Amino acid sequence: MKPRRRFMSLSAFLWLLLAAAYFIIPLFATLLISLKSNQTGKCCTAHNYGWVLHNGDFWHTLKISFLLALETIVISLLIFVPTIYWVHLKVPRLRPVIAFLALIPFIVPPIVMVVGLLRTFKGSPAWFYQQPWGFLATAYVILAFPYMFFSLDAGFRSIDVHTLTEASQSLGARWTTTLFRVILPNIRTAALAASFLTLAIVMGEFTIANLSAFHTFPIFIQYVNESQGFPAGAVTLMSFGITWFAMLSLLLVGRKRGQSGGVIAGAK
Amino acid sequence: MSGRRRLSLAWIGTLPFFAYTIAFLFVPAGAVLVGAFQNNQNHATLSNIRLLFNHPYIDAYRTSIEISFTTALIGGIAGLFIAYAAIREGTPKFLRSGLTTFSGVAANFGGIPLAFAFIATLGPLGVLTVFLKSHLGYDLNAHGFSLFSKLGVELAYMYFQLPLMILVISPAIDGLKKEWREAAANLGARPWQFWRYVGLPVLMPSILGAMILLFGNAFAAYATAYSLTSGSVNIVPILIGDYYSGNVLDNPHLAQAMAFGMFAVLALMMVIYIPLQRRAARWAK
Repeated sequence: MKPRRRFMSLSAFLWLLLAAAYFIIPLFATLLISLKSNQTGKCCTAHNYGWVLHNGDFWHTLKISFLLALETIVISLLIFVPTIYWVHLKVPRLRPVIAFLALIPFIVPPIVMVVGLLRTFKGSPAWFYQQPWGFLATAYVILAFPYMFFSLDAGFRSIDVHTLTEASQSLGARWTTTLFRVILPNIRTAALAASFLTLAIVMGEFTIANLSAFHTFPIFIQYVNESQGFPAGAVTLMSFGITWFAMLSLLLVGRKRGQSGGVIAGAK
Repeated sequence: MSGRRRLSLAWIGTLPFFAYTIAFLFVPAGAVLVGAFQNNQNHATLSNIRLLFNHPYIDAYRTSIEISFTTALIGGIAGLFIAYAAIREGTPKFLRSGLTTFSGVAANFGGIPLAFAFIATLGPLGVLTVFLKSHLGYDLNAHGFSLFSKLGVELAYMYFQLPLMILVISPAIDGLKKEWREAAANLGARPWQFWRYVGLPVLMPSILGAMILLFGNAFAAYATAYSLTSGSVNIVPILIGDYYSGNVLDNPHLAQAMAFGMFAVLALMMVIYIPLQRRAARWAK
């Protein structure tokens, strides 16, 4: 056997250096811009962060996006947990069908989806069509489909649904008890992972919100980009921080489960 | 008999999922499909689709496809080399886990914040632009570079294309068995011969499949280009967006036709992707 190489090869080093430069420089530049003073254009002041934190629209839109994310997560889990449980337990034949349907959002991108949603629900009641909690949330649940399905499906596959259900029922548990006290605790990490991913998607989603004219957090960031030079750097970094938080939480949850690798989503 | 009845009852458990999918995915998708072939009086027509093949719509499709193709190809190749650099023997383990973690985050860092990060870097007053000008005497803008152009959009798209490639291709590189390389070496193959006759042929379906994913990823993107160029780059999603943000609402069916066209391109990509995926899976395990 050949002995293990002691050092990185030069080409590997150069490729990784190039990648590091490409990935880090824009973030560093954003940080520098965010520290510049709006009056003098000189470094360094935390004033831009203060501007953002004292902006009522910042908190208002952040709250809307966060509540939207929570609503999307709750609705998605309510749809997917019982469905996937049921499919694994009773109708495994339907699993490929559901997997296929859950993948469709990949070939129907948000820009296409919003065109269809706007046409379909144009005349619908105002409580649905003119409220983010109605129109936007239903669209975001669809965006979450692939991530919800694959995370939860993997979670259910890693546990023995049949044995757990039978054991629980032979001990006299009702369906609700089985679902909430036996199944849910076992797929908690999968549900958490899917939830963090959904959080990251909803907090960054711009396309659908912009075309249907709702004022969410990404719309606020775009407004700052257009109107305020240096505070835009601050709000950009804060938004990046939210993505970091969601994705790192996801990775930590996933690591506990013994999984590796990342997940791809996001609002481009 | 009883088994059959159980199945029909078991179906009902998945009803909420199917109901939701039909109401909020199929019906809207159908609305795009039907709307693309209707005029303002809701009569059947091919005129919208025919319009797509005229200026400026056909140019938008061309630009969209060019941007997607370029970033998929270059992002795919560079992503492959970066992923391999992190995986290959000799590279410290922490670099690989660091790259994977960062890619997981960066693949999700699209849209408005990404656009600003690039304006802060390479915009007319960007940190890198100013640095190059004042310290190295190189004026990017005088040399014809503009961030608010197709090239600028491509440069920014790489920020989510590279991480996607790294995430998707790493498992395939991991799947190259050490034994294959040792066997090749024992038979007297040089490293380039291993790659030419074993490594690349095995990886190729995965690489092409990943590039198609990258293509779709860039093709569907709206927010980054919109924010970076203030909507001035002529790509299909931005044209569609223009119809809804006020400028031209005389014919919503044209927007639906453009959306239908995007769907057609992406569906075609999927048709290419699925057999590649099947071929790539042959070498797994």
